[in-house]
Amino acid sequence: MLKRNAMALWAAFAILLAACTGANPAGSASPAGPSSAAPSTSGAPAASAGAADLTIESWRTDDLAIWQDKIIPAFNAKYPNIKITFSPTKPDEYNGVLNTKLQGGTAGDLITCRPFDASLQLFKDGNLAALNDLPGLANFGDVAKSAWITDDGKDVFCVPMASVIHGFIYNTDAFDKLSVTAAPTTVEEFHALLDKFKTDGTYTPLAMGTKELWESATMGFQNIGPNYWKGEEGRKALIDGSAKFTDQPYVDTWAELASWKPYLPNGYEAIAYADAQQYFASGKAAIYPAGSWDIAYFEGQGVKIGFFGPPLPKAGDTCYVSDHTDIALGMNAKTTHPAEAKTFLDWVASDEFATLYSNGLPGFYSLSNNAVKIDDAIAQQAVDLRKSCKSTIRNSYQILSRGEPNLENELWRVTAAVINGTLTPQKAGEEIQAGLDKWYKPAGD
Amino acid sequence: MATLTRGAPRRRRFPWHLVVFLGPAVVLYTAFMVFPLFDSLRLSLFGPGGSGLGQFVGLDNYIRLLTHSEWAPRFWGALVNNFEFFAIHMLVQNPIGLLLALLLSSRILRGRSVYRTLIFAPTVLSVVIIGFIWKLILSPLWGVAEGGLNAVGLGDLFAPWLGLKGPALVTIGLMSVWQWVGIPMLLFSAALLAIPDEIIEAARVDGAGALRIFRRIQLPMIAPTVGIVAILTFVGNFNAFDLVYAVQGGLAGPEFSTDLLGTFFYRTFFGFQLQLGSPTMGATVAGMMFLLILLGVCLYLFVVQRRLVTYEA
Repeated sequence: MLKRNAMALWAAFAILLAACTGANPAGSASPAGPSSAAPSTSGAPAASAGAADLTIESWRTDDLAIWQDKIIPAFNAKYPNIKITFSPTKPDEYNGVLNTKLQGGTAGDLITCRPFDASLQLFKDGNLAALNDLPGLANFGDVAKSAWITDDGKDVFCVPMASVIHGFIYNTDAFDKLSVTAAPTTVEEFHALLDKFKTDGTYTPLAMGTKELWESATMGFQNIGPNYWKGEEGRKALIDGSAKFTDQPYVDTWAELASWKPYLPNGYEAIAYADAQQYFASGKAAIYPAGSWDIAYFEGQGVKIGFFGPPLPKAGDTCYVSDHTDIALGMNAKTTHPAEAKTFLDWVASDEFATLYSNGLPGFYSLSNNAVKIDDAIAQQAVDLRKSCKSTIRNSYQILSRGEPNLENELWRVTAAVINGTLTPQKAGEEIQAGLDKWYKPAGD
Repeated sequence: MATLTRGAPRRRRFPWHLVVFLGPAVVLYTAFMVFPLFDSLRLSLFGPGGSGLGQFVGLDNYIRLLTHSEWAPRFWGALVNNFEFFAIHMLVQNPIGLLLALLLSSRILRGRSVYRTLIFAPTVLSVVIIGFIWKLILSPLWGVAEGGLNAVGLGDLFAPWLGLKGPALVTIGLMSVWQWVGIPMLLFSAALLAIPDEIIEAARVDGAGALRIFRRIQLPMIAPTVGIVAILTFVGNFNAFDLVYAVQGGLAGPEFSTDLLGTFFYRTFFGFQLQLGSPTMGATVAGMMFLLILLGVCLYLFVVQRRLVTYEA
């Protein structure tokens, strides 16, 4: 009987072992980390030609409704066989999650591209496909493509979708109540306006927090900064080494940001981005340092708003506005449906998509050469800044964020500290430049 | 069923039952814990090479982590923060856990199990919920913390703690204490229950007060549990990551003041925003964490555990 029991136990063990190994096809000898090679997302064999299920990876969680209600149905009207799923991840987790998915082979077929180095690295690693033969790319100029092209200009790897413009959103009711008739154009006027609101007390002058760190850099430093460092001139000077973050224009930008401290809500150090949005949307604040993507959100919340551009340091200066090539769509090099993915990308490059996107998401402006008619008045106000001001992109994105410490992350940390008052503008410049000098050698090579 | 006894010496049968019962657990544990651990340590001995591996560099990564100006400030900063985090737990969580256990072991307390359940409830809550609730409570715009302090006249004390360099880590430490205090409480409760009543009654008859009973009888008899709680706290704190990530984000602001070894590892391995991840340096950070925790546990085992006297009831 002992023998029978033993055999029964062995049989059970053998079945268990077989079940385990059968279900788990992991390559146990693979060296590099998490690598169970899961098959890619769409499994449909090409029985019906042109049919596919494509997934889009993105960080724009706010856009889910627009994609599902307007954009994807419009595409399906032309190509009913290609099903698209828009699958966003939280913005600050997007890059990490995407990289993990790409390593594990589970990333979607279409990938939303961050501008410049993040996507360039993906292309160099073989995760993004080159799109040089896509006919729709003819719609885009060199500036538009500059964020998604290799350094030598030979390979484009994403189709530009939109840029975002920086400025300030204001509450029109608050302006009316205090009889403010014109938006401020100079820093002096801006401060006078902020003082007016502060003295009055009904509205908090500026709605912004520093807790998440990125608002200070993106809606503060990169917003008003171009007027100080003269847009593209300053940005290119940083790249070729003739300008440093310790120079006066940058210190002045930080000094101006530090002067915002008294106009921010109480306890702003612990106010997150969503809190600041909610605060302004509830009508408690007068002005909100913004990216144009916020326009759609506030209009959805029902607050009446207007838009003005970053103030000039001195009256009569040339005006620059941050018109940042922000978002593009590329193709996963390992997708099982390259033909269908390219069909979609070609449609994304078309005027139809440009109109849908720019109007469906007020605040995102198509980078296409062909002008797009924008129905939203406030979004039009923002894009009109292109006419009076020179466009530039954020200075930390091209080339300068390739090393360690990462310039963009450092700008976040340092700018938030300047606004919090724990770092002086001079020290901020020194820390940033020291970090950059650790690895960046300007083009002398 | 008779076992024949023979004159010859009996050979011990091979204990197959041990293999059968331990086998699956050993296989699973090896596949999912031991193998990845050693593979991760192996990864840390290689240089970066795009999405694959570079060449073997030996302990170079570790030396860079500890001394090179790119990595060292963040590593030592995270380490110091982690020790502070651990200190907060040892000084606040465990004494409070012990106090609660003592109170709940009192005979005259009514509704004991209700209190126990309520105090233990946060340990089963998701850390994201805890982070969200506390961020909301402490929010300067719409949190109840300011109102609550105002109500007791301490409104001046209120500050946006989560956004200030000094208080941020302490605040997160206290959130973590609030979440986990149920575990030491439970362990201490169980240990206190194991103390036979006769000893305490005898002490009372001899005229000992509550404090003396605690110092001379209860504390020595639960000493092994105190040791276990301490080592669990140590391991848990040096692995901590999720609360900081949920509340402060990956950059562990303000100015890295809430950066723990766990968040440092996450940023290094997976990257953050425009910063690309580095699997080899990430594995190095993980290796350092492993060595630190191993060192702490070994120190405890060889120095403290041996000296602990266990009183048998």
